[in-house]
Amino acid sequence: MSFKIERVPAPVWMRPLFIVLAVFITFLLVSTLVLAAGASPITAFYELLIDPLTRTGARADILMLATPILFTGIAVAIAFVAGYYNVGAEGQLYAGAILAAWVGVQAEGMQPYVAIPLMLAAGFLAGMVWALVPALLKAYLSVDEVVTTLLLNSVMLFFVSALLNGPWRDPVSNWPQSPTIATSAQFPVIIPRSRVHFGAIMAVIIALATWWMLSRTRFGLELRAIGKNKDAAKFLGIPVKRRLIAAALISGGIAGLAGVSEVGGIHYYLIGTLSPGFGYTGIIVATLGALTIPGVFISALFLSLINRGSISASRELDVPVYLSDVIQAVLLLVTLATLLLTQYRIRRER
Amino acid sequence: MESLILLIGATLRIATPILFGALGETVIERAGILNLGIEGTLLLSSFIGFVTAQAADSLWIGLAAAILTGIILNLLMGFLVVTLGLNQHVCGLGITLFATGFALFAFRLIYGGVSTPPALDESFQPLNAFTGTAFAPLFSQHWLTYVSLLFVPLLSWLLFRTSFGLRLRSVGEAPDAADTAGINVYRMRYTALIIGGALMGLGGAFLSLAQLGAFTHGIINGRGWVAIAIVIFGNWKPWRVLAGALLFSGVQALQLRLQAEGVPLPYELLLALPYLLTIVAIAIVGRNASYPAALLKPYRREG
Repeated sequence: MSFKIERVPAPVWMRPLFIVLAVFITFLLVSTLVLAAGASPITAFYELLIDPLTRTGARADILMLATPILFTGIAVAIAFVAGYYNVGAEGQLYAGAILAAWVGVQAEGMQPYVAIPLMLAAGFLAGMVWALVPALLKAYLSVDEVVTTLLLNSVMLFFVSALLNGPWRDPVSNWPQSPTIATSAQFPVIIPRSRVHFGAIMAVIIALATWWMLSRTRFGLELRAIGKNKDAAKFLGIPVKRRLIAAALISGGIAGLAGVSEVGGIHYYLIGTLSPGFGYTGIIVATLGALTIPGVFISALFLSLINRGSISASRELDVPVYLSDVIQAVLLLVTLATLLLTQYRIRRER
Repeated sequence: MESLILLIGATLRIATPILFGALGETVIERAGILNLGIEGTLLLSSFIGFVTAQAADSLWIGLAAAILTGIILNLLMGFLVVTLGLNQHVCGLGITLFATGFALFAFRLIYGGVSTPPALDESFQPLNAFTGTAFAPLFSQHWLTYVSLLFVPLLSWLLFRTSFGLRLRSVGEAPDAADTAGINVYRMRYTALIIGGALMGLGGAFLSLAQLGAFTHGIINGRGWVAIAIVIFGNWKPWRVLAGALLFSGVQALQLRLQAEGVPLPYELLLALPYLLTIVAIAIVGRNASYPAALLKPYRREG
């Protein structure tokens, strides 16, 4: 009797187990850093993973933290499903934030049910506009979208800085931040005594709509076909270029909504540090979620738990708060590696 | 004339870390791997080089540590994308996120929440040549700048005039054919990653051990992404990569000059200009860009 490794997909029911395995390996690896910081890994992981769940305030914080990365995670997933590697969600987020802040400032005297939809529409549009050029270059000139979207992130940060140090500097506070948006444009808080705001509801609506689009419509099927095999998709008569552009624009628009949500629900003005890299975290969220919407949903919540937990861990144990950044990156790489295992299975031979 | 010499001098200084990074990336991409880990690799090399130099009280040991860091991170990239054959975009970004997070974590652990960036007591000083002549500012460069420039002809020769270079490029163009011809594709790709990683390490070290003599969180500030763009702009050829690096740095130097002279321009827009120019250049070159044919494609040996 011997064992043989075959290149046959593992049974579907086993796949979630690989994610659990990845989480386990990640925490094993990260333990070394916790030890280096002079803390016990067990206590640290309690602070990271359990403690936030035991307190009401911290539970609400997790929802608040999950909101922007749910938007960017969905945005990235849509593009990646179609094989369009949009890594520009960070820039598209700021594009959305800029226009939403502008609309929000103009919204003085408007009713909330007018002002907030206007902001959302403006932010979506701005995200689309910022995603347009890389999409066109990709579709018509075969220019690698990874490089162009990445560079436009840097351009956007310069642009935001120029805006806030120049024409848009708040005349009242004189800080490099935009004027505050009108009260009617500020998102309502949905859980009393917390900072969970209307953006969380929007994120869930977008998640449901995207799930429906990707799994229940012809358009979604075509995107997935393009992502699997572009040439075959073209052969089947799918207008590949137009679909890719559409995927890129929707992706950019949803990333833009993340910016709207942070301006309208958290800060109430535009600042240069609006996003600590939500666009890049979106790539992790989408990958951990295996580019599926339910997966994106769970991983956004899980990463937010770690983010919230790292704040407790740094307060209680003096472990630098950047621990959560390391965990997220290691988790990404380990998950990719363990997902590879799902393509093999061990068979017993007699 | 004098300001022109100053400008060229500044251009060379600004170009150094970008040139190291872009040359390293060129070698790696020639072997068929796009390494988006470059941004994080530059940062962590810069940081490890700095910490080691401080701890060992030796710039040379710091430099060696930076090079080693660059190599290790690229070996990790190799394990993920060469051995395991995973998606290069996501793994590269993952390495950048990991290296960045790790550097910030370790920085906080070692230095606590300091408000002023820690600095070396003594850093590599610029060499002074032609002092007293008008050309002095042009030649007041760090020795690492000259090293980076020397790597241009060296790599051009290595890639295009040696059988090693032919083999390296062949695994980036047609790995199947290369394998048939008896080249070990995996080993060759790892070799390219080691060479590229060492160059990235030098780029990171230049900033913390020579130009600044200090370390800050924003020390790399997108230079890795610029290097990626310059490799495409330079059509994967060392001399053209040099041209791209000088063009980018020239605009940067000009912007600093104008800012120093108080020309009322929103400096951020000038800073963004090279990025936009690069995108335009890529779009124009795009059609004729000779991407290594097997770039992004993992190699799997059948059987």
